[in-house]
Amino acid sequence: MTALYHPTVARLTYRALLGRRRTLMLSALPVLLIAISAVVRAVAGADDSTADGLLSGFALATMVPLIGVIAGTGAIGPEIDDGSVIYLLAKPVKRPVIIFTKLLVAIAVTVAFSAIPTLIAGLILNGNSQQIAVAYALAAVVASIAYSAIFLLLGTVTRHAVVCGLIYALVWESVFGNIVPGARTLSVQQWSLALAQWVGDGDVITSDVGLSTAVVLLTAVTCTATWYAGRRLRALTLAGEA
Amino acid sequence: MSTLTIDNVSRWFGNVVAVNDVSMTIGPGVTGLLGPNGAGKSTLINMMAGFLPPSNGTVTLDGEPIWQNEETYRKIGLVPERESMYDFLTGREFVLANAELHGLERPVAAAKKALATVEMAQAATRRIDTYSKGMRQRVKMASALVHEPSVLLLDEPFNGMDPRQRMQLMDLLRRMGAEGRTVLFSSHILEEVEQLASHIEVIVAGRHAASGDFRKIRRLMTDRPHRYVVRSSDDRALAAALIADSSTAGIEVDVQEGELRVQAVDFARFTQLLPRVARELDIRLLTVSPSDESLESVFSYLVAA
Repeated sequence: MTALYHPTVARLTYRALLGRRRTLMLSALPVLLIAISAVVRAVAGADDSTADGLLSGFALATMVPLIGVIAGTGAIGPEIDDGSVIYLLAKPVKRPVIIFTKLLVAIAVTVAFSAIPTLIAGLILNGNSQQIAVAYALAAVVASIAYSAIFLLLGTVTRHAVVCGLIYALVWESVFGNIVPGARTLSVQQWSLALAQWVGDGDVITSDVGLSTAVVLLTAVTCTATWYAGRRLRALTLAGEA
Repeated sequence: MSTLTIDNVSRWFGNVVAVNDVSMTIGPGVTGLLGPNGAGKSTLINMMAGFLPPSNGTVTLDGEPIWQNEETYRKIGLVPERESMYDFLTGREFVLANAELHGLERPVAAAKKALATVEMAQAATRRIDTYSKGMRQRVKMASALVHEPSVLLLDEPFNGMDPRQRMQLMDLLRRMGAEGRTVLFSSHILEEVEQLASHIEVIVAGRHAASGDFRKIRRLMTDRPHRYVVRSSDDRALAAALIADSSTAGIEVDVQEGELRVQAVDFARFTQLLPRVARELDIRLLTVSPSDESLESVFSYLVAA
Protein backbone atom coordinates (compact mmCIF):
# COMPACT_ATOMS: atom_id res chain seq x y z
CA MET A 1 0.00 0.00 0.00
CA THR A 2 1.55 3.25 -1.10
CA ALA A 3 -1.26 5.62 -0.19
CA LEU A 4 -1.09 7.17 3.27
CA TYR A 5 -4.80 6.74 3.81
CA HIS A 6 -6.56 3.51 4.73
CA PRO A 7 -10.36 3.65 4.47
CA THR A 8 -10.90 0.87 7.03
CA VAL A 9 -8.72 2.60 9.62
CA ALA A 10 -10.66 5.80 8.93
CA ARG A 11 -14.02 4.06 9.32
CA LEU A 12 -13.02 2.48 12.63
CA THR A 13 -11.71 5.81 13.90
CA TYR A 14 -14.86 7.70 12.90
CA ARG A 15 -17.07 5.11 14.55
CA ALA A 16 -15.01 5.28 17.74
CA LEU A 17 -14.90 9.09 17.78
CA LEU A 18 -18.51 9.69 16.95
CA GLY A 19 -20.09 7.43 19.53
CA ARG A 20 -23.11 8.91 21.25
CA ARG A 21 -21.35 10.21 24.36
CA ARG A 22 -18.39 11.71 22.58
CA THR A 23 -20.62 13.37 19.97
CA LEU A 24 -22.54 15.04 22.80
CA MET A 25 -19.27 16.22 24.33
CA LEU A 26 -18.07 17.50 20.97
CA SER A 27 -21.36 19.32 20.35
CA ALA A 28 -21.65 21.11 23.68
CA LEU A 29 -19.20 23.96 23.06
CA PRO A 30 -20.18 24.71 19.43
CA VAL A 31 -23.84 24.82 20.44
CA LEU A 32 -22.94 27.16 23.30
CA LEU A 33 -20.90 29.40 20.97
CA ILE A 34 -23.70 29.70 18.44
CA ALA A 35 -26.27 30.31 21.19
CA ILE A 36 -24.16 33.07 22.78
CA SER A 37 -23.57 34.61 19.37
CA ALA A 38 -27.29 34.69 18.67
CA VAL A 39 -28.01 36.29 22.05
CA VAL A 40 -25.20 38.86 21.67
CA ARG A 41 -26.39 39.79 18.18
CA ALA A 42 -29.98 40.09 19.37
CA VAL A 43 -29.08 42.19 22.41
CA ALA A 44 -26.13 44.30 21.25
CA GLY A 45 -26.54 44.23 17.46
CA ALA A 46 -23.73 43.68 14.97
CA ASP A 47 -20.39 44.93 16.26
CA ASP A 48 -16.97 44.06 14.87
CA SER A 49 -15.00 44.30 18.08
CA THR A 50 -17.57 42.22 20.00
CA ALA A 51 -17.39 39.60 17.24
CA ASP A 52 -13.60 39.66 17.43
CA GLY A 53 -13.66 39.33 21.21
CA LEU A 54 -16.01 36.35 21.23
CA LEU A 55 -14.39 34.54 18.31
CA SER A 56 -10.87 35.02 19.60
CA GLY A 57 -11.55 34.71 23.34
CA PHE A 58 -14.00 31.84 23.28
CA ALA A 59 -13.90 30.12 19.89
CA LEU A 60 -10.20 30.14 19.09
CA ALA A 61 -8.74 30.26 22.61
CA THR A 62 -11.00 27.71 24.28
CA MET A 63 -13.31 25.81 21.97
CA VAL A 64 -10.88 24.83 19.20
CA PRO A 65 -8.19 23.42 21.54
CA LEU A 66 -10.77 21.56 23.63
CA ILE A 67 -12.39 19.98 20.57
CA GLY A 68 -8.86 19.23 19.38
CA VAL A 69 -8.10 17.42 22.63
CA ILE A 70 -11.24 15.29 22.42
CA ALA A 71 -10.79 14.42 18.74
CA GLY A 72 -6.99 14.15 18.67
CA THR A 73 -6.49 12.01 21.74
CA GLY A 74 -9.77 10.15 21.13
CA ALA A 75 -8.61 9.07 17.67
CA ILE A 76 -6.03 6.71 19.16
CA GLY A 77 -5.73 6.96 22.96
CA PRO A 78 -8.65 4.74 23.99
CA GLU A 79 -7.57 2.00 21.56
CA ILE A 80 -4.08 1.94 23.04
CA ASP A 81 -5.47 2.09 26.59
CA ASP A 82 -7.80 -0.87 26.25
CA GLY A 83 -5.49 -2.84 23.97
CA SER A 84 -7.88 -3.12 21.03
CA VAL A 85 -5.25 -1.36 18.90
CA ILE A 86 -3.71 -4.83 18.64
CA TYR A 87 -6.25 -5.64 15.93
CA LEU A 88 -5.02 -2.68 13.88
CA LEU A 89 -1.37 -3.39 14.48
CA ALA A 90 -1.42 -7.14 13.81
CA LYS A 91 -1.95 -6.33 10.16
CA PRO A 92 0.34 -5.72 7.18
CA VAL A 93 -0.43 -1.98 7.31
CA LYS A 94 2.42 0.50 7.66
CA ARG A 95 2.30 2.40 10.94
CA PRO A 96 2.60 5.85 9.32
CA VAL A 97 -0.50 4.96 7.26
CA ILE A 98 -2.43 4.29 10.45
CA ILE A 99 -1.26 7.55 12.04
CA PHE A 100 -1.85 9.66 8.96
CA THR A 101 -5.34 8.26 8.47
CA LYS A 102 -6.19 8.88 12.10
CA LEU A 103 -4.80 12.40 11.80
CA LEU A 104 -7.05 13.12 8.82
CA VAL A 105 -10.07 11.84 10.74
CA ALA A 106 -9.17 13.89 13.82
CA ILE A 107 -8.75 17.00 11.64
CA ALA A 108 -12.07 16.41 9.90
CA VAL A 109 -13.87 16.00 13.22
CA THR A 110 -12.17 19.03 14.78
CA VAL A 111 -12.94 21.19 11.75
CA ALA A 112 -16.55 20.01 11.71
CA PHE A 113 -17.07 20.74 15.40
CA SER A 114 -14.98 23.90 15.70
CA ALA A 115 -14.19 25.68 12.42
CA ILE A 116 -17.67 25.38 10.94
CA PRO A 117 -19.40 26.54 14.15
CA THR A 118 -16.90 29.43 14.27
CA LEU A 119 -17.91 30.47 10.76
CA ILE A 120 -21.61 30.21 11.64
CA ALA A 121 -21.08 32.19 14.86
CA GLY A 122 -19.12 34.86 12.94
CA LEU A 123 -21.88 35.19 10.35
CA ILE A 124 -24.46 35.52 13.11
CA LEU A 125 -22.39 38.08 15.03
CA ASN A 126 -21.64 40.58 12.28
CA GLY A 127 -22.42 38.98 8.93
CA ASN A 128 -18.74 38.57 8.04
CA SER A 129 -18.08 42.30 8.16
CA GLN A 130 -14.34 42.97 7.73
CA GLN A 131 -14.02 39.25 6.82
CA ILE A 132 -14.00 38.46 10.53
CA ALA A 133 -16.10 35.29 10.24
CA VAL A 134 -14.04 33.87 7.39
CA ALA A 135 -10.75 34.90 9.01
CA TYR A 136 -11.54 33.16 12.28
CA ALA A 137 -12.96 30.12 10.52
CA LEU A 138 -9.71 29.81 8.58
CA ALA A 139 -7.69 30.26 11.77
CA ALA A 140 -9.83 27.52 13.36
CA VAL A 141 -9.13 25.18 10.42
CA VAL A 142 -5.40 25.75 10.68
CA ALA A 143 -5.43 25.38 14.46
CA SER A 144 -7.53 22.19 14.08
CA ILE A 145 -4.79 20.66 11.95
CA ALA A 146 -2.01 21.53 14.39
CA TYR A 147 -3.99 20.54 17.50
CA SER A 148 -5.04 17.24 15.96
CA ALA A 149 -1.42 16.37 15.23
CA ILE A 150 -0.22 17.42 18.69
CA PHE A 151 -2.96 15.63 20.59
CA LEU A 152 -2.77 12.53 18.41
CA LEU A 153 0.90 12.33 19.33
CA LEU A 154 -0.01 12.84 22.97
CA GLY A 155 -2.41 9.89 22.65
CA THR A 156 0.48 7.65 21.60
CA VAL A 157 2.82 8.94 24.29
CA THR A 158 0.84 8.89 27.52
CA ARG A 159 -2.15 7.20 29.05
CA HIS A 160 -3.09 10.55 30.54
CA ALA A 161 -3.38 12.19 27.14
CA VAL A 162 -6.71 13.87 27.86
CA VAL A 163 -5.52 15.42 31.12
CA CYS A 164 -2.23 16.55 29.57
CA GLY A 165 -4.13 17.90 26.58
CA LEU A 166 -6.55 19.80 28.80
CA ILE A 167 -3.71 21.29 30.82
CA TYR A 168 -1.99 22.39 27.62
CA ALA A 169 -5.19 23.78 26.10
CA LEU A 170 -6.47 25.57 29.17
CA VAL A 171 -3.33 26.54 31.04
CA TRP A 172 -0.85 27.20 28.27
CA GLU A 173 -3.08 28.45 25.47
CA SER A 174 -5.76 30.25 27.47
CA VAL A 175 -4.13 31.49 30.68
CA PHE A 176 -0.36 31.41 30.41
CA GLY A 177 -0.35 32.84 26.91
CA ASN A 178 -2.33 35.84 28.10
CA ILE A 179 -0.02 36.55 31.03
CA VAL A 180 3.49 35.77 29.81
CA PRO A 181 4.26 37.52 26.53
CA GLY A 182 6.97 35.05 25.50
CA ALA A 183 4.62 32.10 25.82
CA ARG A 184 2.37 33.60 23.20
CA THR A 185 4.93 33.11 20.46
CA LEU A 186 4.82 29.39 21.18
CA SER A 187 1.09 29.05 20.93
CA VAL A 188 -0.96 27.42 18.20
CA GLN A 189 -3.61 30.00 18.94
CA GLN A 190 -1.30 32.92 18.11
CA TRP A 191 -0.01 31.22 14.98
CA SER A 192 -3.50 30.72 13.68
CA LEU A 193 -4.40 34.29 14.69
CA ALA A 194 -1.59 35.45 12.43
CA LEU A 195 -3.44 33.84 9.53
CA ALA A 196 -6.70 35.40 10.66
CA GLN A 197 -5.02 38.79 10.78
CA TRP A 198 -3.77 38.31 7.25
CA VAL A 199 -7.24 37.37 5.94
CA GLY A 200 -9.26 39.90 7.92
CA ASP A 201 -9.76 43.48 6.73
CA GLY A 202 -8.76 46.43 8.87
CA ASP A 203 -6.92 45.98 12.14
CA VAL A 204 -9.51 44.35 14.35
CA ILE A 205 -7.67 41.01 14.47
CA THR A 206 -4.15 41.10 15.87
CA SER A 207 -1.53 38.46 16.53
CA ASP A 208 1.81 38.55 18.34
CA VAL A 209 3.43 36.44 15.66
CA GLY A 210 4.34 37.34 12.12
CA LEU A 211 2.65 35.45 9.27
CA SER A 212 5.73 33.69 7.93
CA THR A 213 6.89 32.62 11.39
CA ALA A 214 3.40 31.30 12.06
CA VAL A 215 3.24 29.28 8.86
CA VAL A 216 6.68 27.79 9.42
CA LEU A 217 5.94 26.87 13.04
CA LEU A 218 2.50 25.42 12.25
CA THR A 219 3.94 23.26 9.48
CA ALA A 220 6.93 22.18 11.55
CA VAL A 221 4.86 21.25 14.62
CA THR A 222 2.25 19.37 12.59
CA CYS A 223 4.80 17.39 10.58
CA THR A 224 7.08 16.60 13.51
CA ALA A 225 4.20 15.48 15.74
CA THR A 226 2.80 13.23 13.02
CA TRP A 227 6.17 11.72 12.19
CA TYR A 228 6.93 11.03 15.83
CA ALA A 229 3.49 9.54 16.47
CA GLY A 230 4.18 7.08 13.66
CA ARG A 231 7.45 6.10 15.29
CA ARG A 232 5.77 5.69 18.66
CA LEU A 233 3.17 3.39 17.16
CA ARG A 234 5.82 1.34 15.41
CA ALA A 235 7.60 0.74 18.71
CA LEU A 236 4.43 0.17 20.73
CA THR A 237 4.84 -2.78 23.06
CA LEU A 238 2.26 -4.81 24.88
CA ALA A 239 3.84 -6.05 28.05
CA GLY A 240 1.04 -8.43 29.01
CA GLU A 241 0.84 -9.94 32.46
CA ALA A 242 4.29 -11.53 32.07
CA MET B 1 3.82 -24.49 6.51
CA SER B 2 5.56 -22.11 8.85
CA THR B 3 8.05 -22.44 11.65
CA LEU B 4 8.49 -20.09 14.59
CA THR B 5 11.98 -20.05 15.99
CA ILE B 6 12.82 -18.66 19.38
CA ASP B 7 16.55 -18.54 19.78
CA ASN B 8 18.19 -17.81 23.14
CA VAL B 9 15.50 -15.30 23.94
CA SER B 10 15.43 -13.34 27.17
CA ARG B 11 13.15 -10.48 28.08
CA TRP B 12 13.45 -8.36 31.14
CA PHE B 13 11.42 -5.43 32.44
CA GLY B 14 13.74 -3.29 34.53
CA ASN B 15 15.15 -5.68 37.10
CA VAL B 16 12.55 -8.36 36.54
CA VAL B 17 13.42 -11.19 34.20
CA ALA B 18 10.20 -12.39 32.58
CA VAL B 19 11.72 -14.79 30.07
CA ASN B 20 15.14 -16.28 30.68
CA ASP B 21 17.21 -17.68 27.81
CA VAL B 22 14.47 -19.69 26.11
CA SER B 23 15.02 -21.55 22.84
CA MET B 24 12.31 -23.49 21.08
CA THR B 25 11.09 -24.26 17.60
CA ILE B 26 7.39 -24.43 16.92
CA GLY B 27 6.34 -26.14 13.75
CA PRO B 28 3.07 -27.29 12.14
CA GLY B 29 0.54 -28.97 14.41
CA VAL B 30 -0.86 -27.91 17.76
CA THR B 31 1.63 -26.90 20.43
CA GLY B 32 0.61 -26.08 23.98
CA LEU B 33 2.56 -23.53 25.97
CA LEU B 34 2.01 -24.67 29.53
CA GLY B 35 2.97 -22.89 32.71
CA PRO B 36 1.58 -21.38 35.88
CA ASN B 37 0.29 -17.81 35.92
CA GLY B 38 3.11 -15.30 35.73
CA ALA B 39 5.52 -17.81 34.20
CA GLY B 40 6.19 -15.65 31.14
CA LYS B 41 3.79 -17.26 28.67
CA SER B 42 2.17 -13.98 27.62
CA THR B 43 5.55 -12.31 27.33
CA LEU B 44 6.69 -15.10 25.01
CA ILE B 45 3.51 -14.91 22.93
CA ASN B 46 3.80 -11.11 22.72
CA MET B 47 7.32 -11.54 21.36
CA MET B 48 6.14 -14.15 18.85
CA ALA B 49 3.34 -11.80 17.80
CA GLY B 50 5.70 -8.86 17.28
CA PHE B 51 4.39 -6.76 20.14
CA LEU B 52 7.49 -6.90 22.25
CA PRO B 53 11.13 -6.94 21.22
CA PRO B 54 13.29 -9.54 22.96
CA SER B 55 15.93 -8.00 25.24
CA ASN B 56 18.27 -10.65 23.99
CA GLY B 57 18.11 -13.35 21.30
CA THR B 58 15.91 -13.54 18.21
CA VAL B 59 12.33 -14.45 17.40
CA THR B 60 11.80 -15.31 13.74
CA LEU B 61 9.08 -16.70 11.53
CA ASP B 62 10.47 -18.73 8.64
CA GLY B 63 13.75 -16.90 9.10
CA GLU B 64 12.23 -13.40 9.08
CA PRO B 65 12.33 -11.26 12.22
CA ILE B 66 8.87 -10.51 13.60
CA TRP B 67 9.47 -7.31 15.58
CA GLN B 68 8.70 -4.20 13.49
CA ASN B 69 8.01 -6.27 10.41
CA GLU B 70 4.37 -5.68 9.44
CA GLU B 71 4.56 -8.04 6.50
CA THR B 72 4.79 -11.08 8.80
CA TYR B 73 1.17 -10.49 9.81
CA ARG B 74 0.13 -11.94 6.47
CA LYS B 75 1.13 -15.27 7.98
CA ILE B 76 0.13 -14.72 11.62
CA GLY B 77 -3.31 -14.85 13.17
CA LEU B 78 -3.43 -13.59 16.73
CA VAL B 79 -6.03 -14.20 19.43
CA PRO B 80 -5.04 -11.93 22.34
CA GLU B 81 -6.05 -12.64 25.91
CA ARG B 82 -7.47 -9.18 26.48
CA GLU B 83 -11.17 -8.75 26.06
CA SER B 84 -11.21 -5.33 24.44
CA MET B 85 -12.34 -5.23 20.87
CA TYR B 86 -14.14 -2.61 18.85
CA ASP B 87 -17.25 -3.14 20.94
CA PHE B 88 -19.32 -0.63 19.03
CA LEU B 89 -19.14 -2.77 15.89
CA THR B 90 -21.19 -5.83 15.09
CA GLY B 91 -19.35 -9.14 14.88
CA ARG B 92 -19.60 -9.03 11.10
CA GLU B 93 -18.31 -5.46 10.85
CA PHE B 94 -15.39 -6.35 13.10
CA VAL B 95 -14.33 -9.41 11.13
CA LEU B 96 -14.86 -7.58 7.85
CA ALA B 97 -12.63 -4.72 9.06
CA ASN B 98 -9.94 -7.28 9.90
CA ALA B 99 -10.26 -8.77 6.40
CA GLU B 100 -9.95 -5.33 4.81
CA LEU B 101 -6.94 -4.44 6.94
CA HIS B 102 -5.27 -7.59 5.64
CA GLY B 103 -5.91 -6.28 2.14
CA LEU B 104 -7.81 -9.41 1.12
CA GLU B 105 -9.24 -9.46 -2.37
CA ARG B 106 -12.71 -10.58 -1.33
CA PRO B 107 -13.08 -9.35 2.24
CA VAL B 108 -16.84 -9.87 2.49
CA ALA B 109 -16.62 -13.52 1.46
CA ALA B 110 -13.60 -14.09 3.73
CA ALA B 111 -15.40 -12.57 6.73
CA LYS B 112 -18.47 -14.69 6.05
CA LYS B 113 -16.40 -17.84 5.84
CA ALA B 114 -14.47 -17.08 9.04
CA LEU B 115 -17.68 -16.36 10.96
CA ALA B 116 -19.18 -19.61 9.70
CA THR B 117 -16.06 -21.50 10.79
CA VAL B 118 -16.51 -20.37 14.39
CA GLU B 119 -20.31 -20.81 14.18
CA MET B 120 -21.04 -17.15 14.71
CA ALA B 121 -22.93 -16.50 11.49
CA GLN B 122 -26.23 -16.22 13.39
CA ALA B 123 -25.12 -13.64 15.91
CA ALA B 124 -22.89 -11.71 13.49
CA THR B 125 -25.32 -8.82 13.14
CA ARG B 126 -25.34 -8.09 16.87
CA ARG B 127 -23.04 -5.54 18.44
CA ILE B 128 -19.99 -7.02 20.13
CA ASP B 129 -20.82 -5.38 23.47
CA THR B 130 -23.90 -7.62 23.67
CA TYR B 131 -21.81 -10.80 23.32
CA SER B 132 -21.04 -13.33 26.03
CA LYS B 133 -17.43 -14.11 26.79
CA GLY B 134 -17.52 -17.27 24.68
CA MET B 135 -19.01 -15.40 21.73
CA ARG B 136 -16.33 -12.72 22.01
CA GLN B 137 -13.71 -15.42 22.00
CA ARG B 138 -15.17 -16.92 18.85
CA VAL B 139 -15.31 -13.58 17.07
CA LYS B 140 -11.69 -12.99 18.05
CA MET B 141 -10.95 -16.39 16.50
CA ALA B 142 -12.81 -15.43 13.33
CA SER B 143 -10.80 -12.21 13.08
CA ALA B 144 -7.58 -14.19 13.46
CA LEU B 145 -8.61 -16.76 10.85
CA VAL B 146 -9.99 -14.42 8.24
CA HIS B 147 -6.79 -14.31 6.17
CA GLU B 148 -6.16 -18.05 6.60
CA PRO B 149 -2.81 -17.60 8.34
CA SER B 150 -0.24 -20.37 8.49
CA VAL B 151 0.48 -19.51 12.13
CA LEU B 152 -2.14 -19.08 14.83
CA LEU B 153 -1.16 -17.68 18.22
CA LEU B 154 -3.68 -17.87 21.06
CA ASP B 155 -3.12 -16.49 24.54
CA GLU B 156 -5.18 -18.39 27.14
CA PRO B 157 -8.00 -19.01 24.64
CA PHE B 158 -10.08 -21.21 26.95
CA ASN B 159 -10.34 -18.77 29.84
CA GLY B 160 -13.93 -18.19 30.76
CA MET B 161 -15.37 -20.59 28.21
CA ASP B 162 -18.03 -23.09 29.16
CA PRO B 163 -17.32 -26.79 28.51
CA ARG B 164 -19.25 -26.90 25.27
CA GLN B 165 -17.52 -23.85 23.83
CA ARG B 166 -14.21 -25.27 25.02
CA MET B 167 -14.82 -28.47 23.09
CA GLN B 168 -15.83 -26.61 19.96
CA LEU B 169 -12.71 -24.50 20.07
CA MET B 170 -10.56 -27.55 20.69
CA ASP B 171 -12.08 -29.27 17.65
CA LEU B 172 -11.41 -26.21 15.57
CA LEU B 173 -7.79 -25.92 16.69
CA ARG B 174 -7.24 -29.64 16.11
CA ARG B 175 -8.56 -29.19 12.59
CA MET B 176 -6.24 -26.23 12.02
CA GLY B 177 -3.29 -28.27 13.23
CA ALA B 178 -4.25 -31.20 11.02
CA GLU B 179 -4.38 -28.86 8.03
CA GLY B 180 -0.68 -28.18 8.58
CA ARG B 181 -0.97 -24.83 10.32
CA THR B 182 1.32 -23.94 13.18
CA VAL B 183 -1.01 -23.50 16.15
CA LEU B 184 0.36 -22.33 19.49
CA PHE B 185 -1.82 -21.74 22.51
CA SER B 186 -0.96 -20.94 26.10
CA SER B 187 -2.67 -22.36 29.15
CA HIS B 188 -2.04 -22.88 32.83
CA ILE B 189 -4.26 -25.95 32.92
CA LEU B 190 -2.56 -29.26 32.24
CA GLU B 191 -5.74 -31.09 31.22
CA GLU B 192 -6.50 -28.51 28.54
CA VAL B 193 -3.07 -28.83 27.05
CA GLU B 194 -3.11 -32.59 27.32
CA GLN B 195 -6.42 -32.90 25.48
CA LEU B 196 -5.40 -30.73 22.62
CA ALA B 197 -1.70 -30.41 22.06
CA SER B 198 0.42 -33.02 20.36
CA HIS B 199 3.47 -31.17 21.56
CA ILE B 200 3.97 -29.31 24.84
CA GLU B 201 6.43 -26.66 25.89
CA VAL B 202 6.52 -25.99 29.63
CA ILE B 203 7.56 -22.58 30.95
CA VAL B 204 8.15 -22.04 34.65
CA ALA B 205 9.41 -18.77 36.15
CA GLY B 206 10.58 -17.57 32.76
CA ARG B 207 12.58 -20.70 32.05
CA HIS B 208 11.98 -23.43 29.51
CA ALA B 209 11.30 -26.32 31.86
CA ALA B 210 10.32 -29.19 29.61
CA SER B 211 9.49 -29.99 26.03
CA GLY B 212 7.96 -33.01 24.41
CA ASP B 213 4.74 -34.87 23.78
CA PHE B 214 2.09 -34.92 26.46
CA ARG B 215 2.80 -38.52 27.52
CA LYS B 216 6.34 -37.61 28.43
CA ILE B 217 5.22 -34.52 30.35
CA ARG B 218 2.38 -36.42 32.00
CA ARG B 219 4.74 -39.14 33.14
CA LEU B 220 7.09 -36.55 34.58
CA MET B 221 4.19 -35.04 36.42
CA THR B 222 2.60 -38.22 37.80
CA ASP B 223 5.85 -39.97 38.64
CA ARG B 224 6.91 -37.30 41.06
CA PRO B 225 6.45 -38.04 44.79
CA HIS B 226 2.95 -37.02 45.88
CA ARG B 227 2.28 -35.74 49.36
CA TYR B 228 -1.02 -36.27 51.13
CA VAL B 229 -2.49 -35.21 54.41
CA VAL B 230 -4.69 -37.98 55.83
CA ARG B 231 -6.93 -37.86 58.90
CA SER B 232 -8.62 -41.05 60.07
CA SER B 233 -10.22 -42.79 63.04
CA ASP B 234 -6.92 -44.59 63.80
CA ASP B 235 -3.93 -42.78 62.36
CA ARG B 236 -1.26 -45.02 63.84
CA ALA B 237 -2.74 -48.31 62.59
CA LEU B 238 -3.29 -46.80 59.16
CA ALA B 239 0.29 -45.53 59.06
CA ALA B 240 1.65 -48.97 59.87
CA ALA B 241 -0.38 -50.60 57.13
CA LEU B 242 0.52 -47.98 54.53
CA ILE B 243 4.26 -47.99 55.15
CA ALA B 244 4.30 -51.76 54.62
CA ASP B 245 3.46 -51.15 50.96
CA SER B 246 6.08 -50.19 48.38
CA SER B 247 3.96 -47.31 47.05
CA THR B 248 4.83 -45.15 50.04
CA ALA B 249 8.25 -43.80 50.92
CA GLY B 250 7.61 -42.07 54.21
CA ILE B 251 4.88 -41.34 56.72
CA GLU B 252 4.92 -38.83 59.53
CA VAL B 253 2.45 -39.12 62.39
CA ASP B 254 1.66 -35.65 63.58
CA VAL B 255 0.15 -36.22 66.99
CA GLN B 256 -0.51 -32.58 67.74
CA GLU B 257 -2.41 -31.89 64.55
CA GLY B 258 -3.91 -35.36 64.56
CA GLU B 259 -2.95 -36.16 61.02
CA LEU B 260 -0.67 -38.29 58.84
CA ARG B 261 1.64 -36.84 56.26
CA VAL B 262 2.19 -39.43 53.59
CA GLN B 263 4.72 -39.36 50.79
CA ALA B 264 3.63 -41.64 47.95
CA VAL B 265 6.06 -42.63 45.22
CA ASP B 266 3.72 -44.73 43.12
CA PHE B 267 0.73 -42.50 42.57
CA ALA B 268 -1.58 -45.05 40.89
CA ARG B 269 -0.86 -47.82 43.33
CA PHE B 270 -1.26 -45.57 46.37
CA THR B 271 -4.67 -44.30 45.28
CA GLN B 272 -5.89 -47.92 45.26
CA LEU B 273 -4.03 -48.94 48.38
CA LEU B 274 -5.39 -46.29 50.73
CA PRO B 275 -9.13 -47.08 50.51
CA ARG B 276 -8.47 -50.84 50.47
CA VAL B 277 -6.35 -50.76 53.61
CA ALA B 278 -8.86 -48.55 55.39
CA ARG B 279 -11.71 -50.94 54.56
CA GLU B 280 -9.77 -54.02 55.64
CA LEU B 281 -8.76 -52.48 58.98
CA ASP B 282 -12.15 -50.88 59.45
CA ILE B 283 -10.60 -47.42 59.74
CA ARG B 284 -12.69 -44.42 58.79
CA LEU B 285 -10.97 -41.93 56.50
CA LEU B 286 -11.90 -38.41 57.55
CA THR B 287 -9.63 -36.38 55.28
CA VAL B 288 -7.54 -37.27 52.28
CA SER B 289 -6.08 -34.24 50.62
CA PRO B 290 -3.07 -33.79 48.41
CA SER B 291 -0.82 -31.21 50.03
CA ASP B 292 1.32 -30.32 47.04
CA GLU B 293 -1.10 -30.42 44.14
CA SER B 294 -0.75 -26.73 43.44
CA LEU B 295 0.43 -26.17 39.90
CA GLU B 296 3.43 -24.31 41.19
CA SER B 297 4.70 -27.34 43.07
CA VAL B 298 4.04 -29.61 40.10
CA PHE B 299 5.88 -27.22 37.85
CA SER B 300 8.77 -26.65 40.19
CA TYR B 301 9.18 -30.41 40.36
CA LEU B 302 9.34 -30.40 36.56
CA VAL B 303 12.03 -27.75 36.55
CA ALA B 304 14.11 -29.80 38.94
CA ALA B 305 13.56 -32.98 36.90
